[in-house]
Amino acid sequence: MTTTTERKLTTQKAIAEAVAIEMQNDESVFVMGEDVGVYGGIFGATEGLLAKFGPERIIDTPISETGFIGAAIGAAINGMRPVVELMFVDFFGVCMDQIYNNMAKIHYFSGGNIKVPVVLTTAVGGGYSDAGQHSQTLWGTFAHLPGMKVVVPSNPYDAKGLMIAAIRDDNPVVYMFHKGVLGLGWMTNNPRATGVVPEGPYEVPIGKANVVREGSDLTIATIGLSVHRALDAAEVLAAKDVSAEVLDLRSLVPLDRDAIVASVKKTHRLLVVDEDYHSFGMTGEVIATCIEGAFDYLDAPPARVATPDIPIPYSHPLETWALPSVDRIVEAGSSLLVTR
Amino acid sequence: MDIPKEHLVDMYETMVKIRRFEERIRELYFADKLPAFDIAAGLIPGEMHLAAGQEPVAVGMRPHLKAGDAITATHRPHHLAIAQGVDLNKMAAEIFGRETGLGRGKGGHMHLFSVEPNFGCAGIIGEGIPVAVGAAMAFRHRKTDNVALSYFGEGAANQGAFHESLNLAALWKLPVVFVCEDNSYAISVPKTASTAIADNSDRASAYGIPGALVANNDPVAVYEAMGEAIARARRGDGPSLIEIKTDRLWGHFEGDADAYRSDEFKTAMNEHDPLATFGKRLLDEAILNESDIASIQDAMHAEVEAALEFAMNSPYPAPESALEHVFAGRSE
Repeated sequence: MTTTTERKLTTQKAIAEAVAIEMQNDESVFVMGEDVGVYGGIFGATEGLLAKFGPERIIDTPISETGFIGAAIGAAINGMRPVVELMFVDFFGVCMDQIYNNMAKIHYFSGGNIKVPVVLTTAVGGGYSDAGQHSQTLWGTFAHLPGMKVVVPSNPYDAKGLMIAAIRDDNPVVYMFHKGVLGLGWMTNNPRATGVVPEGPYEVPIGKANVVREGSDLTIATIGLSVHRALDAAEVLAAKDVSAEVLDLRSLVPLDRDAIVASVKKTHRLLVVDEDYHSFGMTGEVIATCIEGAFDYLDAPPARVATPDIPIPYSHPLETWALPSVDRIVEAGSSLLVTR
Repeated sequence: MDIPKEHLVDMYETMVKIRRFEERIRELYFADKLPAFDIAAGLIPGEMHLAAGQEPVAVGMRPHLKAGDAITATHRPHHLAIAQGVDLNKMAAEIFGRETGLGRGKGGHMHLFSVEPNFGCAGIIGEGIPVAVGAAMAFRHRKTDNVALSYFGEGAANQGAFHESLNLAALWKLPVVFVCEDNSYAISVPKTASTAIADNSDRASAYGIPGALVANNDPVAVYEAMGEAIARARRGDGPSLIEIKTDRLWGHFEGDADAYRSDEFKTAMNEHDPLATFGKRLLDEAILNESDIASIQDAMHAEVEAALEFAMNSPYPAPESALEHVFAGRSE
């Protein structure tokens, strides 16, 4: 009988632990944003940090996203490593100039002389009837703009390792946590939001996709909460004798194109699942990557399941219909296997 | 004037250097763009925003600076970069798009960045203001007595970034000096048509910080106001807002027909050219004589020519180097 038990954490607690470890190790790391202090972050990403590190390093800000994200840039240029929270990614409209025109471009404009090590954390995703200004993922929008890494963890282990990697990275990193994978008590229970997390520091490298389920008939490439939907769909497909491989991309920038191509060369079929909008986004980019790198290996045209090009609707049946679901993934996956 | 003579001379020399730099950039900018103006043509392509007339804003702070102080500037940045002591050769080379430039040709004249001295600027109105707030946060955290100076035009004082930044800096009592370069026009729109109150310095009271107005584009008055605000920030007493009434002698950008400013306005402005006015004052008060002025001009002009020579003799970057420096590599 074993005497060791593996410690389990929710994704939210794993993120907060990662920030705490890096703050302990590096005086230049500090946190700022709306409600990151006493509240611990609306989604708990800074839970317990104020008590550990005090108000000089865990800084509640006014509702001034342009001001405090711009300030994070200035602090980063001057030797700090800020972790700055944009409460919902949907709020990017009030501060995007600082993000894409300033944070993402200064290193380039300076010919590599100036580094901007900002981690911009933000909550993404829907599925709980928060309507069209609090439910988007928008990672494709950020990934389209050069100069920032875009990271989207799907589970507690990755969340901690990717956060530590993000804080240590000398580049701007947009770290997007999906509300549905955090393990929050006030969201629909998701068993995959709790998992084994080692206690010490470790990194999950940014830019490496992860095969979370091996398969031979079909690759399902996805990110964020849709990884969980894809795993559930793979179970259903297995019962129909379809062996689906599930590839968690883990970051859009850099995108692990080699992993996409390698998986499709093995399975010969690709389905891309994305909670972001259908057009001009991740699904198109992943499919283009597959066609460029594995065209001759394809047994069927690549397919995609995404949120249609509509604002995220409020009412439960509307939203449930719009977001990628297990049923839609199973249906699209099965269609790929139909002999042509 | 109870200002040390060496400060007055330093300010005058820097004004001469800035003016000469802007005049020569202007000549070289147009040299191969005429008779049919083509903005994409020539040794210096693209938009060019020159600061002739705004020299007092830049030189007045110069004697109060110390190593490590940060400046964030605007799309019209040359006077401030020169006054802070940014490497003139590398700055000129960047403007000419050369490999030896501050940004290896990737930024151009609106995106000049330097580590030492600590200088940056931005092409978007108001974008650099919150960056100065963050620099000040870093200075405080690292327990230095450095200050951050944020420069912006009177047009930027109507941007949200301005108000958010003043509130943050006042709330956190940060070592920032906000400096509004009021040249009366946001491209073609006069301040009277854009701003609900006469003086932006009055907006300081909304954030509970000192506000000062410097009239007449006078470098000595700028020196005094900046001295007080910088000292206040350095000793930890928080931010200030200073509005400086200045003049943009030329168009918003080179090639601007400048038809929106009346002849009367332009005549009055040129009669108050701050370089001529300040030079005359130094002569009248026997701080400099004619021969001093001649040798200052020779020295400053030579320095500018050397920088332009360096730039024009530097190679262009390899085209495919456009792909470099999007991301920094791991430094451990």
